[in-house]
Amino acid sequence: MSSTGTTTNGSRAFAGPTASKATRVVGLMALAGIALLLPLALLWSPPEIDQADAVRLFYVHVPSATVALYLAFGVTCLGSLIYLRNQSVFWDLMAHASAEIGVVFCGFVLITGMLWGRPTWGVYWEWDPRITSTAITLILYLGYLALRRMDLDPTVRSKRAAFLGIISFCNLFIIKYSVEWWRGLHQGQTIGIDTQLDGLMLFTFAWGMVTFVLIFAWLLMHRFRLGWLELQATTTSLDDAIAARRAESPQLTGEGL
Amino acid sequence: MSGSSLLGDALLVFGKDLRIERSSKVVLSQVLPFALMILILFGFGISPDIRVPIGADGSRSVLAQVTPGLIFLAILFSSLLALGRSFGVEADDGTLDALRLAGLDPGGIFIGKAAAVLVQLLSVGSIVTLGAFLLFDTGVDWTWGRAVLLVTTLGAATAGIASAGTIYSALAAGLRVRDTLVPLLVIPVLAPVLLGAGQAADAALFGAVADGWPWVGALAIFALLYIGVGILSFDSLLEDA
Repeated sequence: MSSTGTTTNGSRAFAGPTASKATRVVGLMALAGIALLLPLALLWSPPEIDQADAVRLFYVHVPSATVALYLAFGVTCLGSLIYLRNQSVFWDLMAHASAEIGVVFCGFVLITGMLWGRPTWGVYWEWDPRITSTAITLILYLGYLALRRMDLDPTVRSKRAAFLGIISFCNLFIIKYSVEWWRGLHQGQTIGIDTQLDGLMLFTFAWGMVTFVLIFAWLLMHRFRLGWLELQATTTSLDDAIAARRAESPQLTGEGL
Repeated sequence: MSGSSLLGDALLVFGKDLRIERSSKVVLSQVLPFALMILILFGFGISPDIRVPIGADGSRSVLAQVTPGLIFLAILFSSLLALGRSFGVEADDGTLDALRLAGLDPGGIFIGKAAAVLVQLLSVGSIVTLGAFLLFDTGVDWTWGRAVLLVTTLGAATAGIASAGTIYSALAAGLRVRDTLVPLLVIPVLAPVLLGAGQAADAALFGAVADGWPWVGALAIFALLYIGVGILSFDSLLEDA
């Protein structure tokens, strides 16, 4: 495994399995965000004129969509680009961690979207361009995670995954625009999304965004650390096994090695 | 590497893959019957007896109405087999390394393999299209404009499938789970191709021909994009296959 300066510094910073100071701070901030978002979204903000209470789902649906489709998969793309440039293990793990969280958020977007669709459109699935392209994107990144799970040489796997991480992000936009073009022919504007938000609703929406970015950051740090520990476990256990094997055979421990 | 050796190497690999097909006849004797069977299964899944009204007093079976999408679904599924075969012949005998050791331009290997898949898919696709017209009673009012649009759509969509499919097959080359991983990777990527080809073919068969050409343009851009990505990236994809 090729490594960079980031790796050697990282091994000291991420030696322990428990949370770091940074994850605790971000985690507490995310918790505080959720604590305020819940009453804001469910109680204090007013129901919308057309959608009534269904609009409250938007305060979690839209932020999670933004975080998954742009932030999480964007970080994966960025990490992949940097990895291909300088084989930085840090960015390789970052790309993997971010994609996994993006997939979870993507699934959450689909569930909340369908729950919102039932009272608003009368059906769970309306072939709305956004939700349709989100579903394809979810499958796209499940493929990325499947490649990540392959039993391959770690460097080969990281390289292929990096290529896939970049090309998948481009595909995300190809899929998004092609589906929008396709649906645009049939039903015109998406129903009910161009809602006017003002006052407390707008604030709740913005608060939801901040909260979800914090949740993402918190999960990313933990998932990154988990990936790092996994890597350590694989490499050190291999080193230990080689050392043990060598110790078994006295003639192999000579100067020749 | 110079452009001439890129095309020369592409021609070598292209000829090699077609010669393998000529002697083994896997696409002809396995992929083509599979594609035709899919067409028959569509008839079972979507009853030919359900009819939708068209115009003032006419009607058309639902099966005929959805023919454009079905043709490209059958091609898409068949392409998974053709792509599996294209890299199966290399991976099973470890010849991908041999191709590299022979000093071939990686971009040329990509173009050669993608072009061989393209030719095979075009053959399967043409027969599937004819079969669909035979089986589904589409009642198309043929004009030259409609025929040209349909043939161009078939060419552009197949080029997109072959080029993107070849890249993703290379990505999964050498893996034991290649057969299941490639469909998962490639189908979401090809979803826009199915969309575009379905819309263009729908315009060619039943709609206004002019509505189909923008979709053909989008299909061509998709194919060119992936041909470019393939030429540029095949070097690093093959390096560790």
